[in-house]
Amino acid sequence: MRKIKSEIITMAVEELCALANYELPNDVLSALKAAHKKENVPAKNVLAQIIKNARIAKDEKIPLCQDTGTANFFIDLGRGVQIEGLNLYDAVNKGVSLGYKNNYLRKSILCDPLIRKNTGDNTPANVYVNFSDDDNIKITFLPKGGGSENASALKMLNPSQSWEGIKNFILQTVKEKGANACPPLIIGVAIGGDFSCAAKNAKAALLRKIGSKNKNPFYAKKEKELLKEINKLAIGPMGIGGKTTALAVFIDAKPRHIASLPAAVSIQCHSHRHKTIVL
Amino acid sequence: MKKLTIREILLNAGALKAGEPVLLSGTVYTARDAAHKRISDLLNKGAKPPFELRGAAIYYCGPAPAKPGTIIGACGPTTSARMDAFTPQMLENGVKILIGKGPRSKEVSDSIVKNNAVYFIATGGAAALLSKTVIKAGICAFKDLGPEAVYKLEVKDMPLITAIDACGNDIFNRQANNDQND
Repeated sequence: MRKIKSEIITMAVEELCALANYELPNDVLSALKAAHKKENVPAKNVLAQIIKNARIAKDEKIPLCQDTGTANFFIDLGRGVQIEGLNLYDAVNKGVSLGYKNNYLRKSILCDPLIRKNTGDNTPANVYVNFSDDDNIKITFLPKGGGSENASALKMLNPSQSWEGIKNFILQTVKEKGANACPPLIIGVAIGGDFSCAAKNAKAALLRKIGSKNKNPFYAKKEKELLKEINKLAIGPMGIGGKTTALAVFIDAKPRHIASLPAAVSIQCHSHRHKTIVL
Repeated sequence: MKKLTIREILLNAGALKAGEPVLLSGTVYTARDAAHKRISDLLNKGAKPPFELRGAAIYYCGPAPAKPGTIIGACGPTTSARMDAFTPQMLENGVKILIGKGPRSKEVSDSIVKNNAVYFIATGGAAALLSKTVIKAGICAFKDLGPEAVYKLEVKDMPLITAIDACGNDIFNRQANNDQND
């Protein structure tokens, strides 16, 4: 059994908070640059600002976006690891508290949904744990802003509605709220599972690399189809019109109950910040 | 790109056309929905708002904290639609310039026309870049709201796009154009 001190987890999380908020992942930046090449003015100018922003943020360690988000963590906890000290949740939250305070990230979390009192350190984080067979801990941090989160949606479809029903729901969601979510968007879709896991799986689907192909050929085809149709909506960068409404669509399909067909759409903004560390 | 001061816009808001990019300079006040609610409550009670609304520019923004030695942290726009319910009242009370991101309701658009105002959008998620256009910043009101407090900002050449002009032309009000896709 490999022993890992909780302080190491806290330190790693603190560092992830800074790294993810200052630097866009390469695949996202490349996709934005490719979109910039294709677009015409004024969408082209908006993308140029977004690309320039990424450079300033990285060079000067300024958050890419003032909304440094809800702190989401997807953790693969190896069966060969024993954590010493604080439990995993407390170790992560301590890292978030330090990370957001020490790196001048915005604290956006309220104590109670109906009372406007800030927790002051951006905790609590959303921590999703999976178990792996490894002897390590893989921590992925996904800070997610309110604007894009507000555009996300979940629907319990009638199973007979099948793919067409799902597609219409996704397109309708993007059409209605996409312009508010800082396009070009990344779209995470979860089909199947149940009400609660569909929402989580849609968010987790956002973590795939842009340009990567779905392992299931059927869904790989559907991802292409959806991306094309979403871009046909011509919402464009920041909603001002253009060829690029989304950079990628990622579909996650899971077994479901015979009576239920849940579909969840997690909308992510162009400032698709995420970072992974393995301990 | 056209450089404009807030004063110049106040004198001739009608000259701006939807879609027109501008570099804006002058004083803007940040306010998100929590601050709007408080200002609205004050106005409803007949009390004085925390800053002069007549001729004011409101920027829908909740900045990240400033690092020591800097003026302000990252400070991009937030979704304007969250302020839609309050905006007509703000415009009726003299606010002339709105800055945010995303589409507005029909009520807001109508009120912009009625009050000869203008709605600009900034690029959401370009918050590091936009922070470079702030040359002075200080807290103005509702400090207890933290990032949602009202800040008074002095901006220089802030890159914006005219989204709804004083005639009601709206860049978000258009049909999806399939020709845009290849």
